[in-house]
Amino acid sequence: MGRTLTFKIFRYNPTKANDEPHIDTFQLEETPRLNLFTALHRIRENQAPDLMYDFVCRAGICGSCAMMINGRPTLACRTLTSDLDDTIELYPLPFFKLLGDLSVDTGVWFHDMAKRLESWIHTTKEFDPTAEEERMDNATANKIYESERCIECGCCVAACATAQVYPDFLGAAGLNRIGRFMFDPRDTRGEQEWFELVSTDIGVFGCIGMMACDDVCPKDLPLLEVFSYIRRKMNAGVKVAVTEMDLK
Amino acid sequence: MKVLTSDVLIIGAGLAGERAAIASAKAGLDVTMLSLVPPRRSHSSAAQGGMQASLGNSVKGKGDNPTVHWLDTVKGSDWGADQEVARIFADNAPIAMREMAHFGVPWNRVEAGPRDVYIKGKKTTIVEEKENEGLITARDFGGTAKWRTCYTADGTGHTVLYAMDNLAVQMGITIHDRMEALSLIHEDGVCKGAIVRSLRDGEIIAYMSKATAIATGGYGRLYGESTNAIINEGTGSWIALQTGKVPLANMEAVQFHPTGIVPTDILVTEGCRGDGGLLLDVDEYRFMPDYEPEKQELASRDVVSRRMKEHILKGKGVQSSYGEHLWLDLRHLGEKHLTTKLREVYDICMYFIGVNPIKELVPVRPTQHYSMGGIRVNKDGHAYGLKGLFALGEVACWDMHGFNRLGGNSLAETVVAGMVVGDKIASYAQAAELNANVTLAEKFGKEQTDLIEHLLTNDGTEDVYALRDEIAELLKDHVHIFRTGEGLEKAVNGLKEILGRVKNVKVKAQAPGMNPELSQALRIEGMAKQAYIIAKGALLRTESRGAHTREDYPARDDKNWLNRTLATWIEGADEPEFTYEPVGQLDLPPGDRGYGGGQMIDMDLSIADYNAKVDAEQKALGKHDTQEPMGTKIPKEAWREESPYKDAK
Repeated sequence: MGRTLTFKIFRYNPTKANDEPHIDTFQLEETPRLNLFTALHRIRENQAPDLMYDFVCRAGICGSCAMMINGRPTLACRTLTSDLDDTIELYPLPFFKLLGDLSVDTGVWFHDMAKRLESWIHTTKEFDPTAEEERMDNATANKIYESERCIECGCCVAACATAQVYPDFLGAAGLNRIGRFMFDPRDTRGEQEWFELVSTDIGVFGCIGMMACDDVCPKDLPLLEVFSYIRRKMNAGVKVAVTEMDLK
Repeated sequence: MKVLTSDVLIIGAGLAGERAAIASAKAGLDVTMLSLVPPRRSHSSAAQGGMQASLGNSVKGKGDNPTVHWLDTVKGSDWGADQEVARIFADNAPIAMREMAHFGVPWNRVEAGPRDVYIKGKKTTIVEEKENEGLITARDFGGTAKWRTCYTADGTGHTVLYAMDNLAVQMGITIHDRMEALSLIHEDGVCKGAIVRSLRDGEIIAYMSKATAIATGGYGRLYGESTNAIINEGTGSWIALQTGKVPLANMEAVQFHPTGIVPTDILVTEGCRGDGGLLLDVDEYRFMPDYEPEKQELASRDVVSRRMKEHILKGKGVQSSYGEHLWLDLRHLGEKHLTTKLREVYDICMYFIGVNPIKELVPVRPTQHYSMGGIRVNKDGHAYGLKGLFALGEVACWDMHGFNRLGGNSLAETVVAGMVVGDKIASYAQAAELNANVTLAEKFGKEQTDLIEHLLTNDGTEDVYALRDEIAELLKDHVHIFRTGEGLEKAVNGLKEILGRVKNVKVKAQAPGMNPELSQALRIEGMAKQAYIIAKGALLRTESRGAHTREDYPARDDKNWLNRTLATWIEGADEPEFTYEPVGQLDLPPGDRGYGGGQMIDMDLSIADYNAKVDAEQKALGKHDTQEPMGTKIPKEAWREESPYKDAK
């Protein structure tokens, strides 16, 4: 009753002398509610013990297992084979450094992105362990959380036309992160600082608006809304800059 | 072999490890963090429901304070906890929540005015106070007298981990990810660092340090069917056990969470029941009030899981091709609640099992979830038996959880222990000297390269994945929610046989680099030995306490078993050595938990006599002196001032 699935998987081990990128084909019997987490483990444990890929939580929250599944970047753990054709093509995410087969180094890229954006609360206040917490409106907390939900899987960057041309482009994940801190009243960065950070070709003006990021984001982040918020802010920023020049 | 040095080495970069690293970096020390995965992918990120801290801002948390939190924690532990450590935790949890707010966590906040909530199956209106508007709010969780669990929707671990990692990036703390510690370097009872394998290219590197801390999380994956991330294979506790000097404590204390979904075993948070979700049986009948009239669905996890299993055994389970299960009913919470405050739960149900919780019942069953046991440490987080080695978070048995931990207490523990133990690590390192003895590092490094060579070239025929599955089967069949002497004997014998086969594991994958099969093979001895300690410890403990339920010894026996199991595995020995120590100084005398039923055998010592022997007996088993004497953090009998059961929530 079950189908026999054919997996065509990109293989390349950069640590192995004379290895060349190639495609290996595996057959696997489909079982009910089979997802790619289980399927890849079955292939590794029974057919290809050296097959490289990344899973951690296998529950769609840690962001480890993004890969190109039939040409589309998404999370492997929550992809059911029943939603796919008999032949399933798996490639690593483009853009990121390849570590081997389906495993790419998203961790280092996102760490670097956090450094570039100074992805932390900028404040001069010191924490006072004896004081009550600073109050925040719950609606504001929810708004921050909407952007904070990004799991850094890299799907948006892999799907982004600009990122493939400009490797320094911050991508939807980077812009979303900026939005997250712009929304946050605890962050004291002003419009001028934001303007310098994002009003460049690698920032918000590098985006050409194709919004593939929005199509593929596994967490359905409100990327359109965040981008337009940043653009509006930046337009305000331009006005500020012009006014300051006029004054001189 | 490359040798790298730092003042402090932290193995594991989830919440506990990162917070401890930050403490050392703040003290001006040079810190290196190692992690199997990029820090933000650590299992901490998967924690959903929240963190317990007695801020008492919500109207349903009114009157809460650290003493009430401490009382709930000690009762939840079935008196197995170290009461002083539970006190240190409860006192610091509110500070840790506020600190995380300062670091950027968007905690959900109190909204003034009326709102509808579900309490014990009934729709009720509560009115939040204007004066607390904007402060950190809380939801209800199991085994608590107050609403105390601080949260960001159902993505709490994620937001706290991101805030913590942001700070680690800001402070420029060195992180080497995709690195696995294979053994500890030690000499003359002092830990000097670790031998580490790169999971990028297979390189073996020695990291030497003044202080080393293990914060690698639990060992849930030994059970196969577990809510844990697949990296939780007990790697950190294994490197401690491997020294032959450091004991693992209470390994038989394993938590089964009531709501793992069927199939896939992914967790849906206790917040589901905290927010009003109900458990139903095959007849769609709500059975928990029959067993637990007072707490109902929100008794402690050990109790709810036991009741669920009991109900299934009465023939009230739902049959499925994945075995029997029960239902979690969230439908009445409504679409808005399920797509905001329980959004991850909604996504998990939709994506992984094709169930829409707005309209349909969610299939659940008790699933392995948490390791109360782990590397035995004193109240400073300093590991017994080896100076300069610390452990914190789930991998440690610090021991605020005893034989059952409360929901929301472990995620809170990560940041509280990170703060408290983090400072102790820093002060230890400030007073210690770095002795980068390369000869010593090479000796330990060679043991690992020899082992790798053996795994790749021996003539054995054992398949590492088959052995892993056999271990899981034995634990699942015999060391689960209900345990018997007969079943545990089977597990112990089976695991003993598996231990004999571990050396015949042959790695088929010969390619250099990441080699995932080799990684698994390097872990398998540790998995087998820890499974053995879990099963044997459970066999030896002839009582029922918290999550350890012996059908043949149903009573909690405070006369003979008000103690903590310690297991040490001397190098070359066939068997681990089991010893027992007092749980710690008692302030709240053992009594009834207020839920769960069960019988008790009273202790025959007076509290004073029990307390008088604690320090000496623990020292005899390897406890280091603490920076402050034992008992200084317990405000004696403060609990007498509280009447958490007078104001029912």
